[in-house]
Amino acid sequence: MSELTELLRDPLYTYPQRLIALAKYAENSESGIELSEEAQAFADRDIIFDMNEGASPYRPRYVVVNFDKFMKQGSKFLMLDPPNDIWEAVSNLMAIYHHIPSVVGVPVYIGHLDRLLEPYITDENEARKAIHMLLIHVDRTISDSFCHSDIGPHDTRAGRIILELSAEMQRPVPNMSLIYNKNTPDDFARLAISTGMITSKPSFVNDDMYAKDWDEYAIVSCYNALPLGGGGLTLGRLNLKNLAEASNGPQDLMDNMLPRAVAAQCEQMDKRDTYIIEDSRFFQNSFLSEEGLIEQERFVGMFGLVGLAECVNNVLALNKQNDRFGHGERANAFGEEILEAIHRMITAYKPKYGRFCLHGQVGISTDIGVTPNVRVPVGEEPPMPQHLAVTARMQKYFNGGVGELFPFDNTAKRNPQAVLDIIKGAFSQNMRYISYYSNDADVIRVTGYMVKRSDIESYDGGKRVLGNSTVLGSGATKGLRVYERKVRSTENGTKSAGM
Amino acid sequence: MVRKAPVCRIIPFSFVDGPGNRAAIFFQGCGFRCLYCHNPETISLCNNCGACVQGCPVGALIMEAGKVQWNPGLCCGCDLCIQECPNYSSPRIKMMDAMEIWNECEAVSPYIEGITVSGGECTQHHELLAELFSLAHSAGKTAFVDTNGQTRFIDMPDLTEAMDMAMLDVKAIDDNEHKRLTGSSNETVLENMSYLAKIGKLYEIRTVVAYGLDCAHTVDEASKIIALYPRVRYKLIRFRNKGVRGAMSNDESPSDKMMNELKLLAESNGVRLVEII
Repeated sequence: MSELTELLRDPLYTYPQRLIALAKYAENSESGIELSEEAQAFADRDIIFDMNEGASPYRPRYVVVNFDKFMKQGSKFLMLDPPNDIWEAVSNLMAIYHHIPSVVGVPVYIGHLDRLLEPYITDENEARKAIHMLLIHVDRTISDSFCHSDIGPHDTRAGRIILELSAEMQRPVPNMSLIYNKNTPDDFARLAISTGMITSKPSFVNDDMYAKDWDEYAIVSCYNALPLGGGGLTLGRLNLKNLAEASNGPQDLMDNMLPRAVAAQCEQMDKRDTYIIEDSRFFQNSFLSEEGLIEQERFVGMFGLVGLAECVNNVLALNKQNDRFGHGERANAFGEEILEAIHRMITAYKPKYGRFCLHGQVGISTDIGVTPNVRVPVGEEPPMPQHLAVTARMQKYFNGGVGELFPFDNTAKRNPQAVLDIIKGAFSQNMRYISYYSNDADVIRVTGYMVKRSDIESYDGGKRVLGNSTVLGSGATKGLRVYERKVRSTENGTKSAGM
Repeated sequence: MVRKAPVCRIIPFSFVDGPGNRAAIFFQGCGFRCLYCHNPETISLCNNCGACVQGCPVGALIMEAGKVQWNPGLCCGCDLCIQECPNYSSPRIKMMDAMEIWNECEAVSPYIEGITVSGGECTQHHELLAELFSLAHSAGKTAFVDTNGQTRFIDMPDLTEAMDMAMLDVKAIDDNEHKRLTGSSNETVLENMSYLAKIGKLYEIRTVVAYGLDCAHTVDEASKIIALYPRVRYKLIRFRNKGVRGAMSNDESPSDKMMNELKLLAESNGVRLVEII
């Protein structure tokens, strides 16, 4: 059977999923991007990777529409006036969502929802109905957990309604981040945490860190930080585990292999970014660009990486748990040295268009034995205080987004302030982004995006499911050992009979 | 001379020992012998009988000059030693001064709201606690005391002054029941409840709910007293037999129905914050 026939028949595809697969098939039938021999060699050894974005990219990977501007001006092309009430606001958003390109075919950013909707709230019950409708629409039509919404930092009626509805609905879409800073009141943060213990969202964003990197930014897709009204052209991924295996000790890695691999990854990204702009002429053919909702100058390239833990452990030949990445100081210091070097190289690289930012890639469904971004491998997590400290230390380099997640046991549900204390502490140590969930929740975070456990069970049982990410989650929960993450229980404290 | 106290362990993050995330310090030694104690190894100080030394599977315990020595580097944490101990004690106790204890808490200081001292019975070391709390306070952290109420707080002004709040066990309101359960009278406990509530330093009281005890009576009376102070919480702790030795070691946990009825009782007496755990 030909590949095309297989795509046409595959019983696990819904119609939109099939359409995306067919478009990818067509895109890959021709390629206009040629790498140098050196870069191609790194690609062939799976050290650098174009994330299967397609051989002839025709749109940026992530488009971060300036919805704030859209609410003010409406859209000529879509024949939408600026909204006058909550219903028109929601309706306009639902209309534009279906015209936003991305690598997954649906928007990876649907706006800073509380900021967008708060001005239109007059009656709270009516607003709740309208926002409920919007969230249902997003879940049932976008159906992709890479679709991300932001809220915060301020406590608003819209923000509270969104949190309450999220806890009630327990759906993986949209993904959600709370932009957190000193203006976020504790009781709003605690409401967010209680919501997160039920439905694994929102994650917390350390605004103090990102505000230094970007003028205006949004958190999109898993946890990518990108300029508002711009986005990410492509994402390249450096697999540090594979690089370590191809290197001959620490010196060869630092002086030879790493600089060459980074250069190869930069070349690949540069060429692909140029292709989108010059060959596919994306910005000339988009009303979003014509109407100023996105600007080419606000797009960047995302330099992603995975497998820092495996790289450090392999190159330094560390076998004893106390010496390994996340535990031993020599290992952690070497990890930091690698990140510093990469950060320096990509900051110095001048691509033809835009600039490159550093992104801690979250893993893909076929990864086995390579740990996402700079995390400590599942099964090797140190005690929580050390885990937080080492995570903060590694995360600080990632202006393009990075994330770590911590499952908690039931005691955290009764004490959301305790989780907030941990988040505040981690942010004071320069951690950028933290997700958490309760180990008994149905909606869980795979590595950056979310899935419903019950949906994965259906899919694995041979049933079609609505969420595109469920398909990825099915592979990733196994390959990345998601269910085996160390659950943070705080030991019984009081001396009375067992708690 | 620097004052030291026996510490059985320090938990860097605890979500169940007061508000927010806290480091919890457990001291060795307790004046009560509760039938339902779930960590009975914290009751006595080690008398160096050596019963645990033989049982250690990794050689982390040795007898040296008549004293049991514990080597934390070798210890695998299997807890066999505390199960072997006929004396309700543990060989893994460290004598620590306030600064040593604080140094361990300070290592996690960005992530915690404060510290809680527990046990055993921590107030046996009230002078050291006062020193420890002043270190915590100078770092901007709160200091809570988890106590069985065996000693009058009014007689420990150093500690009472230094602590932010206390969490007090009210195990039984009937004195005979309290004696049967703990080996001691509840007179001081009840006096402490009223005194701490009055001076605004009672964070919560707790009662362990188990079959065979007149918990309805205890909850009824205790809740009437604390209801006068609207910020005081009542925590109802469901008995679980994990770790329990002796007469109650095979008893069942009370039903949801029983727990909920007691919660309703406390609420109907006017307590605003009642929690079942």
